[in-house]
Amino acid sequence: MVEHGDIRVVHRGGIARYCRFLCERGIFCCCRFLLCGSGYEVKVFSTSTEECIHDLRAHTDLVTGVLLRPSNHLQAYSCSTDGTVRLWDYTDVCNRLMFAMMCVFAEFQLVAVHLPQSGDQLVEAREFSAVLSDVSSNPAATSFGRGGEYIASAKGLQLEVYFFKKQKPYRFFLKEDNKKGGKNTFTCLACHPKDDCIATGHEDGKIRLWRNFNHKKEYTYTTLHWHHSAVSSLCFTPEGTNLLSGGIESVLVQWRYNQESQRDFLPRLGAAITHIAVSPDGALFCTSHSDNKITIIRSSIQVSAVIQGLVKGDSVRTDLMVDPRSKALVLNGKPGHLQFYSLQRDKLLYNLDIVQQEYIHQSGLEQFEVVKAAFDAYGNWLATVEERKQKPTELELNLKLWAFDEQTQSFMLNTTISAPHEARITAMCFCHSTDSQTTVLVSVSKDGHFKAWQLAPATHTEGPSWSCDFVGAYHSLVPECCCFSADGSLLAVSFQEVVTVWSPASWELLTTLSQPPGAIRNLCFGQLTCSKYLLGTTDKNLLCCWNLLTCSLEWSTSMDVSLLLSDPFSENMAAFCCQAGCTDLFVFKPSEPRPLFSHKAVCLGKVTRAVFAPREKMLESCEETSQWLNHSQLYFVTQYMVNTQHNELVISDSVAMTPFSVLLGKRSQQEGQEAASSLLAERTQLPQGSAAVRELLQTPAHVLPSTSFLCSMFVESLLISKQIKRKEKKAAQYTTTSLWLNNTLCPKLSRQKPSLYCPTPILHD
Amino acid sequence: MASFKPTKIPIYPKLGEKVTQDTVYWKNYKAPVQIKEFGAVTNIHFSPVAPHNYAVTAFTRIHIYGPFSQEPVKSFTRFKDTAYCGRYRSDGQLLVAGCEDSVVRLFDVSGKVALRMFKGHTKAVHVTDFTSERYHIFTGSDDYTCRLWDIPNATELNTYQEHTDYIRCGVTSKLNRDLFITGSYDHTLKLFDARVDKSVITMDHGQPVESVLLYPSEGLVVSAGGRYVKVWDLLKGGQPLVSLKNHHKTVTSLCLSSNGQRLLSASLDRHVKVYNTTNFRVVHNFDYAASVLSLALAPDDESIIVGMTNGVLSIKHRKSPEESKEVSHQQRRRPSYRVFVKGKNYMPKQDDYLVSKPVREYLTKYDKHLKKFNISKALDSALQGPSKRKPEVTVAVIKELDRRGTLKNALAGRDEKALSELLHFITKNMVDFRFAPVLVPAANMILDIYRSVIGQSPVVDRQLLYLQDLLQKEINYQQELLDVLGMLDTLFASSVPRKELLCSSSSRTNGLAQGETASTARPELQAT
Repeated sequence: MVEHGDIRVVHRGGIARYCRFLCERGIFCCCRFLLCGSGYEVKVFSTSTEECIHDLRAHTDLVTGVLLRPSNHLQAYSCSTDGTVRLWDYTDVCNRLMFAMMCVFAEFQLVAVHLPQSGDQLVEAREFSAVLSDVSSNPAATSFGRGGEYIASAKGLQLEVYFFKKQKPYRFFLKEDNKKGGKNTFTCLACHPKDDCIATGHEDGKIRLWRNFNHKKEYTYTTLHWHHSAVSSLCFTPEGTNLLSGGIESVLVQWRYNQESQRDFLPRLGAAITHIAVSPDGALFCTSHSDNKITIIRSSIQVSAVIQGLVKGDSVRTDLMVDPRSKALVLNGKPGHLQFYSLQRDKLLYNLDIVQQEYIHQSGLEQFEVVKAAFDAYGNWLATVEERKQKPTELELNLKLWAFDEQTQSFMLNTTISAPHEARITAMCFCHSTDSQTTVLVSVSKDGHFKAWQLAPATHTEGPSWSCDFVGAYHSLVPECCCFSADGSLLAVSFQEVVTVWSPASWELLTTLSQPPGAIRNLCFGQLTCSKYLLGTTDKNLLCCWNLLTCSLEWSTSMDVSLLLSDPFSENMAAFCCQAGCTDLFVFKPSEPRPLFSHKAVCLGKVTRAVFAPREKMLESCEETSQWLNHSQLYFVTQYMVNTQHNELVISDSVAMTPFSVLLGKRSQQEGQEAASSLLAERTQLPQGSAAVRELLQTPAHVLPSTSFLCSMFVESLLISKQIKRKEKKAAQYTTTSLWLNNTLCPKLSRQKPSLYCPTPILHD
Repeated sequence: MASFKPTKIPIYPKLGEKVTQDTVYWKNYKAPVQIKEFGAVTNIHFSPVAPHNYAVTAFTRIHIYGPFSQEPVKSFTRFKDTAYCGRYRSDGQLLVAGCEDSVVRLFDVSGKVALRMFKGHTKAVHVTDFTSERYHIFTGSDDYTCRLWDIPNATELNTYQEHTDYIRCGVTSKLNRDLFITGSYDHTLKLFDARVDKSVITMDHGQPVESVLLYPSEGLVVSAGGRYVKVWDLLKGGQPLVSLKNHHKTVTSLCLSSNGQRLLSASLDRHVKVYNTTNFRVVHNFDYAASVLSLALAPDDESIIVGMTNGVLSIKHRKSPEESKEVSHQQRRRPSYRVFVKGKNYMPKQDDYLVSKPVREYLTKYDKHLKKFNISKALDSALQGPSKRKPEVTVAVIKELDRRGTLKNALAGRDEKALSELLHFITKNMVDFRFAPVLVPAANMILDIYRSVIGQSPVVDRQLLYLQDLLQKEINYQQELLDVLGMLDTLFASSVPRKELLCSSSSRTNGLAQGETASTARPELQAT
């Protein structure tokens, strides 16, 4: 194993890392703060500035719920799947009081826990009493009734109400289907705060208001119906005058209590509503959405703020790209959009609407999706492909070309080409030459052709637009990928096993290269001094490097490369190899078949997309293994499948940490537990203090704690204690492999969760 | 939150010819004035002097029309038989015409009776013209001869007997008093010089020559015969320069535009074509109701006058500059000035607090319905109202409904009137290849939905039968196109030289050929 140096994988995803806070409840503490569970931590947001103020981190597993303490609204409980419930003092700097150890939903049984009053930090609760057995795993399906007199829980077709005084549960059943074929399954539930009324949401979009439920026979319910599919969240306002409901339609519906025919709507919130919360004074509502977003809404049904992380789409269909102008990462975002995500500021810049159609929030509907996108060398042109597949025969394809508009600083639609190919487009690239006058776009399709598109000059009636320049094919084979050489003088198109090299100037076939058996999977030209090399990977575990001057195979090696990409800022190439569920990373120069850097098990699962992003400032690392990261950073996306049922987006970043985070990260280690700190010692190859100062100065002032607080911490950080040195030695014994696993797998050890780029300082007392 | 995104109406590429400077120029004529003559109009000739009256030779008379009159200013009716080739002298004072009875008559434009009668031909005289020094007349006749006459004495100066068939066209030089060209049914053009007794140059056209035209510079001569228009270089001794074959029936008349940049040819195939004289490409085309026999352009191209076999004289006048601008003005009706500037000319003072009015978004009627998910109403409003004339709007709404998965609901539940309206739209637009991918599934859905009620309404039944008929025709048509495509592919495959290295070159030509012949399913560009 090579020396690890300071290269590590950092997971990033904006405010909601792992896109996790969707499944958590966001709650309001008062009008000023919003708490929400996000991954392993609880985040506190300001409702006015949309900034994250605190991270409350102590949980070692997913946070499943957050709740205000009724007796003291400045404290909140949080529970997690690590089996703890913690009480937080969130306005102050997180005086955390680890409270009790208890299983709230163990095997989804609802238990009551008596919280022992004690001054200790860690308390174990031993007094359990089972209240309800067999409750729904969805926390939205359980709720306390008026003044805590009863608790209601719903599962399947059964509503269960348990009265604490009588110690007696009442059960109500619904039939599976009603007459019109709607599904009656309960999805969520809310209890009226002032009245004996329970509102339940159902699979078919109905809301039922249950009354008189302390009688076994004489209970009544009224039905409200507006939603067309399942109601995912219900919430009463604190006074009980209004009921809020939301679902996949992404419309927030406000029902007047007792006047249910009067409704207010807030449509087009962007994505399906997963949770609704109301502030204790009823002035603000908040909805969390399935695309990693929280919307804060005034009680007059007007949006006041939006907290948006890296937009979580269904999948990343486009490649990861870097916008040459803004250096932003570009990938699929909201349906039909491309998101521009600033890597430097770790913030979503904007969403570019590609499809320009009203999105219909309905499950099972085929929508247009952006499947391919490409930038030209200067970022003047963006090409996108959108497709909609209703039936296999009816593939709708649109190729759109967007010109950058200096005035609006955004992309404007220039040309729409409907049905550019007869089958799906598998690859698309711009000619990356810097000196040519005309820009050429090549698209490769499953219909056996590749087409070159060229910008036609403006006519007297209309401006310049794109048109087809050349249609190429090779022995009616199906082309798979295409690549332009660095100077734009050669185009390589792979047709199954054969790589054809064309001259874009005359569209002549210059030569063919092939290395059977195995179809070409990736194709890549070398950059800079290695531009005479063409690299290809085949699906029969072969990585080949051809020399284009001699038109012969320079070297080849046997490895199962799932993704190959070249760094446009250096000669290096990165290859991801998938082996036994883990992905290994190799970095090499095309001129020699020896890897510069290799890393076993970078992540679990297969790496699907990756990109080299340029650094703002060049690093001057002289260590051989980390030199390849001097000009650029490597970002990749995996199909990551740990702990969760569905595939998740994980952006990983192999990069050294910023000085600022080191400064503050070290502090937590000093006061933290032994196990964690020994790992953290990895970080303590401390860069210069001046960099830390600069970093501190760049952080917005309103998210910084007071100077007096920072001062002592800062001075302390500049001291190098003997203790740390000792720990460093200890840490060196850890192999890198174990570190990776620790970081990704063992939640207990990953306390120093990597929100290192988050502008908020991580403050622990 | 985000506002409603209106339905996107795709901009389809304009079908047919591209708009060029030429089409703009040649389209800028008013609707034609049509005048019925007594027989086929064989010749039209403009007076060289203002006010540029023109003589129209039709059947047994010659009518003189003023530039803007629709009634003849004057008529010459003293012909015993069909008159031919009424032509003005260069001072516009005299008019000469041949006749079926072999007599050539000379008229004063202000008089009625012939000033001179030239007798000597033995058969019908189809060609007459004044020479450039104005005192001689040149004639050509069906007796294979052409003659020169002296006007003052009414005597024959010379006879040329070189042609071996009818002489049906001829023209005199405007620059040289002695030169004239004749075209004959013996397939030849002959350039005669009055100073010698025989032709100077003979050009073989290959078909019976119907019309001949000299360029203003007189270096080139244009002849029309059969389906060909040929250009000859006189300075190179009558070498053929270009041969144009753009008509599919005999070309009958030729004419040059006033600046000499465009050549017009009229043909029995009912078309008049305009050529660019630098590259001899067709730049514009006029269609007429009947076979065109004669064609003339007024000076400065002020009007195009065409005579046809059915005796109709069609006159197109150029639009005045105001008229051509008016079209665009009518479309934009502006509010009155007072309304327009109301409150706009107020300059805010320094301390004023500006309240900006929110920009109101206007949605069309179908979009308003779509926003409220009223799908049937959206389809109705797209079928009626102002979008009725624009099928692309209706098709875009149908496509949008299909995308939302609610097209079936929108199509269902219609009464007879609404259904027949829908069927009318579909039958009208279904065979348009731009709309077919959307409308064919919609038509299928309609058939599925209303299958049970077929036979209850005669109106709907008739439309359904028509639809069936239409589809059958379209299928046959596509079949034929595919046949043609197959033939062309064979031709291309045999014509391309066998080059083994590349198959790209052949596939490229193939692709282009397909694009030209079958314009059905090719990718089209649309500029936005």
